Amino acid sequence: MNPFQYVRATKARAAIDARAADANAQFIAGGTNLLDLMKRGVMTPQRLIDINRLPFDRIERQGTGLRIGALALNSTTAEDRQVLERAPLLAQALNAGASAQLRNMATVGGNMLQRTRCPYFYDTALPCNKREPGSGCGALEGINRMHALFGFSDKCIAVHPSDMSVALAALDATVLVSGPKGERRLAFGDLHRLPGDTPERDTNLEPGELITAVEVPDSAFTRHVHYLKVRERASYAFALVSVAAALSLDGTTIKDARLALGGVAHKPWRLLDAEKSLIGKPATEAAFQEAARVAMQGAKAFKHNQYKLKLAPNAIVQALKNAASAA
Amino acid sequence: MKDQLLQDGKAVGDRMSRVDGRLKVTGGAKYSAEYELPGLVHGALVGSTVAKGRITSIDTKAAERAPGVLAVITHLNSPKVPGFAAKSNPDEPPAIGQPLRVFYDERIYFNDQPIAIVVADTLERARHAAGLVKAQYAAEAHQTNFEANKSKGFLPTQARRNPKSAQNDYTRGQADGYQSAPVKLEAEYWHESEMHHPMELQSIIAHWEAADRLTVYDKVQAVKGTQRAFAKDWGLPEQNVKVIATFVGGAFGNGLHNWPHETAAIIAAKVTGKPVKLMLTREQMFTMVGYRPKTWQRIAMGATKDGKLVGISHDSVGQTSTYEEFTESTVQQTRMMYAAPNVTTRYRILGLDVSTPIWMRGPGEATGAFALESAIDEMAHLIGMDPLEFRLRNHTDTDPEKNRPWSTKYLKECFQAGAERIGWNKRQMKPGSLREGDWLIGYGMGVGTFGANRGAAKARAALLADGTVLLQSATTDIGPGTGTAMVQIASDALGLPTDKIRFELGNSLFPQAPSQGGSSTVNTVGSAVNDACLALKKKLQELGGASFANVQPEQLTLADGQLGLKANGGPRLSFADLRKANNGQDVEVTVESKPSGDARQNYSMYSFSVHFAEVRVHTMTGEVRVTKMVSCADAGTIVNQKTAGSQMSGGAIGGIGMALTEGAVIDDRYGRYVTRDLASYHVPVHADAPPVEVFFVNKPDLLVDPLGTKGIGEIAIIGVAPAITNAIFNATGKRLRELPVTPDKVLLA
Repeated sequence: MNPFQYVRATKARAAIDARAADANAQFIAGGTNLLDLMKRGVMTPQRLIDINRLPFDRIERQGTGLRIGALALNSTTAEDRQVLERAPLLAQALNAGASAQLRNMATVGGNMLQRTRCPYFYDTALPCNKREPGSGCGALEGINRMHALFGFSDKCIAVHPSDMSVALAALDATVLVSGPKGERRLAFGDLHRLPGDTPERDTNLEPGELITAVEVPDSAFTRHVHYLKVRERASYAFALVSVAAALSLDGTTIKDARLALGGVAHKPWRLLDAEKSLIGKPATEAAFQEAARVAMQGAKAFKHNQYKLKLAPNAIVQALKNAASAA
Repeated sequence: MKDQLLQDGKAVGDRMSRVDGRLKVTGGAKYSAEYELPGLVHGALVGSTVAKGRITSIDTKAAERAPGVLAVITHLNSPKVPGFAAKSNPDEPPAIGQPLRVFYDERIYFNDQPIAIVVADTLERARHAAGLVKAQYAAEAHQTNFEANKSKGFLPTQARRNPKSAQNDYTRGQADGYQSAPVKLEAEYWHESEMHHPMELQSIIAHWEAADRLTVYDKVQAVKGTQRAFAKDWGLPEQNVKVIATFVGGAFGNGLHNWPHETAAIIAAKVTGKPVKLMLTREQMFTMVGYRPKTWQRIAMGATKDGKLVGISHDSVGQTSTYEEFTESTVQQTRMMYAAPNVTTRYRILGLDVSTPIWMRGPGEATGAFALESAIDEMAHLIGMDPLEFRLRNHTDTDPEKNRPWSTKYLKECFQAGAERIGWNKRQMKPGSLREGDWLIGYGMGVGTFGANRGAAKARAALLADGTVLLQSATTDIGPGTGTAMVQIASDALGLPTDKIRFELGNSLFPQAPSQGGSSTVNTVGSAVNDACLALKKKLQELGGASFANVQPEQLTLADGQLGLKANGGPRLSFADLRKANNGQDVEVTVESKPSGDARQNYSMYSFSVHFAEVRVHTMTGEVRVTKMVSCADAGTIVNQKTAGSQMSGGAIGGIGMALTEGAVIDDRYGRYVTRDLASYHVPVHADAPPVEVFFVNKPDLLVDPLGTKGIGEIAIIGVAPAITNAIFNATGKRLRELPVTPDKVLLA
């Protein structure tokens, strides 16, 4: 681990200024991912700006939605009564992530800024364009069973690891950002990027920008929701594939639907066409199969992740079935 | 006050809680890295980034200049280890080859081989400076791809040199006689390397107390073996090397070999003149210590339509390194488990540019049982027979390999108990018959066996001034509860309550005992403790003089602070008087105990187990959940039902890891693991561990040792993986022959 300076910010403005002034600085909140990356030499910040004292940990009703502070803990958020009532899909996704110990440390803002778990990114002895631009993508011709089906480039085929983000993408959340140039709002779908030629950039945040909250608008998706995560053990593993599914039903007819995949792209993979294919249909397996078929259009697998071409549509069908039958 | 002896006077068999349980759960137990020595400094290892070749240059300047750094040691400036010049080190378990000679020369044998150690005043500074060491290599073409090199597997050198070695090819009846059977099958089985990840990372503190006196606090399973190895390496008399391993936080075989980091720390302590602490990182556990080797197996089996085995042929190739020949008993179970008239086994090893493997719980047998017990299940299915019935039809009451009786074998009792407990009658012959919602349900079983071994060991027993008995032996406790069992054994032998007895282990100053491995500690050290206690009682009887002269030793007890008779009345003599008769000294004996007579030539001695699994397989996602396990063991006398039960359920959960989640993957282009942390290498978590019901036959085998014990540690896992994969077949009709069975494999099968 690199030697580093540690400063504790008590005002957001001071934290943002300090970060904007120093290209080698990083914000730290729960640190559950950053510290691992520092121990492995993947990230080597020279200064850590501790933002845990900033007043961004509240979860409250605001207008026609929920405003969740960026420093709200994953565990607190997953247990919050308003979240459970108004955005149960988010609570399910949070609880599918990591372990109880990690959820007690990790914050909502930090969760969405997690970095990929691609093994080539994590090992400084192997090539990785995300870690070291220009060094090549180790996964492209390597062991790529955990890798992307959608939106990848020949520079990077890694996937975004967060479960929470998949639910937030499905729920049309908005990210509130504060930065050197003031405040701005980002549709959740615009937060994360596809790798393209610059896989070193995970998000569209500018240097010094700090996520202060995420807003989840009220929706009809309060009952028929399911977050399905398929992984290699019963708990505490990253997704092979995950699905955030939400239905609004009128009797047995689908009035509205939301669908997003995790573990298949460099960002949470929202499935707008598949959603459209569901609307107006009866909530039957046939409709779910059709949505899965639409969802998988354009999917391309590599040597070791062929199974995802079967697993992802199966998981979509299963998640929709579970959502439809949720009491 | 009167001592409270157990009601029937038997401590053996009681569910006694661990003697060190409180220390362990309160943080009072001190592990190797936790000793605080004055002037202690910290080491960090640098690993190579190529799999084969030579170091052409190594730049240590930045590391040397980093704050707090005391030394940076590489092959260029390392002091010479005298023993490294010798061609081989026969004290080490792999009999052929030579353990990696750390910092000896510029050769690289595997990726992440230690090439430097940085010593600094704090751990953080040592690790930071280690990241500043930059090496250049002349890389050579490496071979890490097992599949591509499988045909290069060779007969181990020990087998070529010794025709009697069990690693040689074996045939009884006709070679490959299965071919003449009316029903035949052939199948190949694979499993990836399984990595040692006990809770405690491998760690050592090396301290040169004088130029020729070395003390190590080291995470090992053999304090005496380690003492001998380091004494030999450094050209020291054995008594000048002290090895302490009082507590070991899980080892599973990993501590049965000495690894490069240990010598690296000893070198660093020599160079700096300070005690050096070195703890491997979790990532280094993949490369700098051993692992269960990746193995290919092929079983060919023939049977009659009414379920009689005609023949089994079992071929295996196991991975090893290029510098040591690691071998294990992968095909042994096939030779003796079933009454097949024709059996052929062939075992080969394949040297790749990887680090040397080592035994992992249920070593070769767990690997072999996966193939054999899967094939048995496949054959039962082919002939349309219940796999339990098929096993019963091929049960053998004598050892078909050695043509002699078993010392004891209560496997049928295990079958019956296990079948009742798992609810085997719910199992349907037709796969895919049982379903609950989106989950298919299946039942499977797998049999395990391991030699009931006993070696020689010494134990010291002393009656102390406070009226307690202290026992010492240089064994270790890697988790099973050795001290607890020894205290129970001693309590019965002495007629003294367990709370008056202390057992000390894990110190090379104590009397000789072998490594803790091969499920033999209670058989071996327990016998020594028993004998030492009987000898102590005899000595006390002698000190008691004429009034005790005609008493049968088994009538004597040490209860209530005196030597006396179990029956009321008779002579009594206080401990104080006994000490007086011993010139005021502790009354002390040291006894060696080993198998005697020809029982080991006339009988085959094995523990047996059978594991039953109930699994659920998701029809859409391919996820497998083990929902119930029943593990039954014929392991002789059970000294402690509680700790033995924990060993069995721990083995079952380890087997779940082997079957479903654990597998280390190498990117052969770089010869480097891409599963290098516990986020990518999955051990089972609590949510994967179902209720495990344990059943012990608990009948003594007095031919193995005087206590009748046979050993538990290995059979707890041997047979678990096939029980699970057989259950997956029963649930789905899919036969999974490659471990670990992750959801992708189920889905694509």
